[in-house]
Amino acid sequence: MKHTRIIAILIGSLLSLVLCILASLIFGARYISLPEVIEALTHPDLDSLNAIVVHERIPRTIFSIIAGASLGVSGVLMQAITRNPIADPSILGVNTGASLFVVSGITFFHINTAGQYIWFALAGATLTAVFVYGVGSMGSGGATPIKLALAGAATSAALSSLVSALVLPRTEVMNAFRFWQVGSVSGATMEGITSVLPFFIVGLIIGILSSPALNALALGDDVATGLGVNTGLVRIAAALAGVLLCGATTALAGPIGFVGLMVPHMMRLLCGPNLSILLPMSAFGGAILLTISDVIGRLLGNGGELEAGVITAFLGAPILIFIAMRAKVRSI
Amino acid sequence: MTKNNLTTIQKGYLHRRNRWMIVTSLLVILTLILSTTMLLLGNTRYPLEVVLRVLMGEEIRGASFAIGTIRLPRMLSGLLVGIAFGIAGSTFQTMLRNPLASPDIIGVTSGSSVAAVFCILVLELSGSIVSIAAVITGLIVAILIYLLSKGGSFSGGKLILIGIGVQAMLSAVISYLLLRASQYDVPGALRWLSGSLNGMQMSSIPVLFLIVFIFGLVILLLGRHLKILELGEQLAITLGLNANQTRILLVLSSVFLIAFATSVTGPVAFVAFLAGPIAGRLIGNGTSNTLPAGLVGAILVLGADLIGQYAFDTRFPVGIITGILGSPYLLILLIQMNRRGGSS
Repeated sequence: MKHTRIIAILIGSLLSLVLCILASLIFGARYISLPEVIEALTHPDLDSLNAIVVHERIPRTIFSIIAGASLGVSGVLMQAITRNPIADPSILGVNTGASLFVVSGITFFHINTAGQYIWFALAGATLTAVFVYGVGSMGSGGATPIKLALAGAATSAALSSLVSALVLPRTEVMNAFRFWQVGSVSGATMEGITSVLPFFIVGLIIGILSSPALNALALGDDVATGLGVNTGLVRIAAALAGVLLCGATTALAGPIGFVGLMVPHMMRLLCGPNLSILLPMSAFGGAILLTISDVIGRLLGNGGELEAGVITAFLGAPILIFIAMRAKVRSI
Repeated sequence: MTKNNLTTIQKGYLHRRNRWMIVTSLLVILTLILSTTMLLLGNTRYPLEVVLRVLMGEEIRGASFAIGTIRLPRMLSGLLVGIAFGIAGSTFQTMLRNPLASPDIIGVTSGSSVAAVFCILVLELSGSIVSIAAVITGLIVAILIYLLSKGGSFSGGKLILIGIGVQAMLSAVISYLLLRASQYDVPGALRWLSGSLNGMQMSSIPVLFLIVFIFGLVILLLGRHLKILELGEQLAITLGLNANQTRILLVLSSVFLIAFATSVTGPVAFVAFLAGPIAGRLIGNGTSNTLPAGLVGAILVLGADLIGQYAFDTRFPVGIITGILGSPYLLILLIQMNRRGGSS
């Protein structure tokens, strides 16, 4: 891949990201014009109504960038480890597992800070990932794509009905809890963002460090071992990074689906399969996708708002259908 | 020697038929017990005698209203919807030879829900038009999933994956519709997310009964053919079965059952998925499990509704209880399927 092309793609994504951020600050239940947004940003102590609205929108914009980037990178890592085109934190049930643990924590242990949510979410994400991989790799042939996907989808369906059971009797009192069923970035606070940030950075660094080894893994386990890669170690490190990223995101946003599925495929079309480039570019792609989904959700909501997870599902599900359609029977 | 073998086969056949008879009668008895319990229990408990007298048409102050207007429609709709879900689910599973291929997992039920929610919230319709729209959309979604998975070469696994994708898109549409609705309509429409027997009325029972009776009968009569289809397409054709025609009839009938039932109570989670495998385990191999699956479906819905109403402090809708009961079983089934190695 030529360097100029990569730089062009990089500049393009940066520009789109900036546009998304501006859109996220401008649109919503109250429309605020661009000059006013810029004025509110440059004068932090301004307290006109529009400036307050802009300041209220800043945390969710920052969080949607971090969450989208995490989910995108997490998807790349999971697809690389399992060598499965439809691996994604939501399809493998990991997001739902994290969500279930947080909701259980709220219900039974009365946890209430973002820091506590994250630990519960990470525990849930790890257990679910191990469980789904365990179930998917039983029987002859090991963890084939179709077995893994079915195990994940079934686990996800099962866990989300448990989440509903925990959430439903409380919906009258806590309407805000609906985002544990369909993810949304609307509940983000600055405090939540600062507690999520370390996990995001650690996950991203592990991901970037393991990408050369993951590239070798794409050639097959035997070849990778021949090239001097410790396949077991790489898998565990990358899986850890993936779980850290999607677990921490789910702790604050609930299960947001299909970002991790869609972004890597889009980015692979643009910049090829080399993970050293694909991984950071997917972070950009995920951030753009989730921020724009959040904006679309606010516009469609017409006063209220539609959860970002609903929009990403609607945009991402066709990609799943498309991949499943194209797959040969043997490989799926 | 040959004679001996023959008697062994005959003995096996008789044994299986006896087991089928015994299990089915036990299921019928259990269904009756649960149905009666639903009439007896409530804010006021009535003795069996009073219930019987009300059912015979006698006017008793209080009891006539509680039983005739509230409990009887609830019980009947639970019973009929359970049967519909059970039969339709087991037909799909048998035909596609995969327990995961039940209509609620591959998105047919969501299709019906979308249509029903759209009719109720946006067009402000009610009654039979909602049901008709639900049936038509259910059919369209079923055909769509089939066509999408047919391109290239067909496999059960592919169909299920595509179904999961379609399901996700349809759920997104439902969320959107719910959000756009006025606050006043939402509680009624929220039923479409979990499934509930609350607020059933006697007026919707006759049509439901007719649909369940007609299409249930069609599937029961085709049971023999379904059994052959389960052996695989090629073998079915060799045995002289018009595979395509039979399959179309079966799919049509199942979709009618499932979509109509969904339009009445909303998608009751996992009933269609669970009834077939449970019935199959009870009666063993070699006999038709359509009727037992219907009964198991009814038992699941009625039992779950009783648990949801009386076992906890808060009243849970029936769909939540079936969801909780169903999810561990879904996982166990998956583990067993993978162990056996038959996954596509």
